[in-house]
Amino acid sequence: MSQALTRMMAIAGKEFRQLRRDRLSFGMIVGIPLLQMILFGYAINLDVRHLSAGVVDYADTWLSRNRVAAAVATQVIDLTHRAASPAELEILLRRGEIAVGIYIPPDFDRRIRERERSAAQLLIDGSDPTIEGIARQLTQLPVAQRAGANTVSGSAPVFAVRTYYNPERRSAVQIVPGLIGVILNLTMVLFTAIAIVRERERGNLELLITTPVRTPELMIGKIAPYILIGLVQVTLILLAGAWWFGVPIRGSVTHLYAAALLFIAANLALGLLISTLAKTQFQAMQLTFFVFLPSLLLSGFMFPFAGMPSIAQSIAEIFPLTHFMRLVRGILLRGADLGELVSEMYALSAFFLIMMTLAILRFRKRLD
Amino acid sequence: MSGQYAIESHNLTRRFGTVTAVDHVSLKIPRAQIYGFLGPNGSGKSTTIRMLCGLLQPSEGTAQVLHHQVPRDAEKLRHKLGYMTQRFSLYEDLTVRENLKFIADVYALPAARRKHRIDAVLSRYRLDDRANQRAGYLSGGQRQRLALAAAILHEPELLLLDEPTSAVDPQSRRDFWESLFELVDAGATILVSTHYMDEAERCHRLAILDDGQVVAEGTPKELIDTIDATVLEIEATDLRRARRVLDSHPFVKSVAQLGSRLHALLDQDTTEPISRIHSAFDQAGIEAKIEAATATLEDVFVAATTFARA
Ligand SMILES: Nc1ncnc2c1ncn2[C@@H]1O[C@H](COP(=O)(O)OP(=O)(O)OP(=O)(O)O)[C@@H](O)[C@H]1O
Ligand SMILES: [Mg+2]
Repeated sequence: MSQALTRMMAIAGKEFRQLRRDRLSFGMIVGIPLLQMILFGYAINLDVRHLSAGVVDYADTWLSRNRVAAAVATQVIDLTHRAASPAELEILLRRGEIAVGIYIPPDFDRRIRERERSAAQLLIDGSDPTIEGIARQLTQLPVAQRAGANTVSGSAPVFAVRTYYNPERRSAVQIVPGLIGVILNLTMVLFTAIAIVRERERGNLELLITTPVRTPELMIGKIAPYILIGLVQVTLILLAGAWWFGVPIRGSVTHLYAAALLFIAANLALGLLISTLAKTQFQAMQLTFFVFLPSLLLSGFMFPFAGMPSIAQSIAEIFPLTHFMRLVRGILLRGADLGELVSEMYALSAFFLIMMTLAILRFRKRLD
Repeated sequence: MSGQYAIESHNLTRRFGTVTAVDHVSLKIPRAQIYGFLGPNGSGKSTTIRMLCGLLQPSEGTAQVLHHQVPRDAEKLRHKLGYMTQRFSLYEDLTVRENLKFIADVYALPAARRKHRIDAVLSRYRLDDRANQRAGYLSGGQRQRLALAAAILHEPELLLLDEPTSAVDPQSRRDFWESLFELVDAGATILVSTHYMDEAERCHRLAILDDGQVVAEGTPKELIDTIDATVLEIEATDLRRARRVLDSHPFVKSVAQLGSRLHALLDQDTTEPISRIHSAFDQAGIEAKIEAATATLEDVFVAATTFARA
């Protein structure tokens, strides 16, 4: 057992030393996060449909029901939850179960008629940039007309919008947390995939596999240094994000690092699996991007998750980035704790275990 | 462990697609000796060695290395085996000492022995003054000395060396071989592949490989004594023409020029070889002095690798 530890430490130590001497790779560890942060510091908003929504209807009149039905008819929202109170809506919002909450007060009808205040409230998850922009469309809906009844004219909005978690609606605040995931995803997978393929290309592996090193020792020794590097990157982005863009950390830092650790491990395991498939560093890079691009596009980082067809959503659920995106936005922007997002942690753990097992099974201590 | 042979293989074969790199190789390699693989490029030396250390799966046949079946039980061999790859396979971006430390850790040498062994191989292979230099900046010969040092660091019972001296100058090569004999005296078995005749001659036994097959096997002396050819040395006025004449006779299997002489290998069954060549030269008007010569290992190699093909 202690021999296994010695061997693992030897590999991790060697890896670290090599990395320190490889100026370019070392530069990338710091350079990639900072560069991407500047590049992605601007938001991209697109059309969103089928946001899950919850409703609290204290009025429960023909007009209020009609109002909600009209909002659903736009297809921007799907009514998925009925809540008993505005407080419950807030909880649903924080857990990420709904993106939009509709609160209709008891005096809804009178407010519509008198028009001196907005008649109802939309609660919007502002941690996703596109959701909130689109949900605002709902406020533009015309007021329902009942045949024969007297109606109101004028253009005061029916809904007043309250954006939660990002009241000033700054897009960098929404982008930077996701960027942690994107950067970790790219660098972690690439570094590990290349780290092993490079040894094969340079012929080091031919010697290494005739030594007593066992496959799991080799794999763990190889990825250990990168876990540390991943955590350094997280710190770097958080600090730079707070410094440049004033990105808040509303939830617990410990929870954030716990989520990041699991996400890093999942990506490293994927990198190892790629390294068992690729023969050259170039192939490793291609394979990495082959996985990275869909994961970037489907994760909800660039395009709103709710706007994707359900098949794309199911595919997205496979990628660790999708789950980490929810975790990091939840923790940083909504102040959610891990307990509320535990299903995302399970998904990441499952991904890690499956990839690691496949990598160890696929890696043969042989050349053919 | 007891037993006369360190390695026994039976019909060991390896195919890559349509290429048969190693073709039914059966060998018995005795313990505590140096055994050589002599063969031209692509003759299957590396592939055989790789199968013996469990790196490649044989397509056919079996091999027992130190009484372990490979590749099935290759893991049990790891501590007993030292392998020096044909291509430099240590880390170029680590220093000489860091590489040796890494290998020592990978073999989990106890701390006290580790320090002692590293110092011992550094001085034995004259690398002390390079200890803190990166391996990538070493000369070809220095790299091979480092690779050997790394391969013997854990004092293996069996050492597989794939062309260990291809970049080593003659003086260092002598020294290199001195160290191999020291290891054998200490009880190690060494399998070494080479292109060099002078190295092949130093081996206790050797196998000549050609096209994946063992075409000759034995001690260097046995091989020379039983050569399947008659060897002649010819001094002539016009070597170029003399050579053309020799080449036109089917019983002359190979001609090589050595300075101002021709070295010819003739079919073993040729009767009266000297007078037949004299008469051939007389017809062409060439004056020549012809005498029988003793075979060299190179003659054995040429006879074994080119005659068989014809
Ligand atoms: N991985 C491989 N895939 C396909 N063919 C291979 C592979 N490895 C070796 N070969 C082929 O097998 C044959 C024997 O190669 P091998 O490397 O064993 O020769 P060698 O005797 O070591 O030659 P050299 O003296 O040049 O090192 C060659 O024809 C080579 O092209
Ligand atoms: Mg070779």
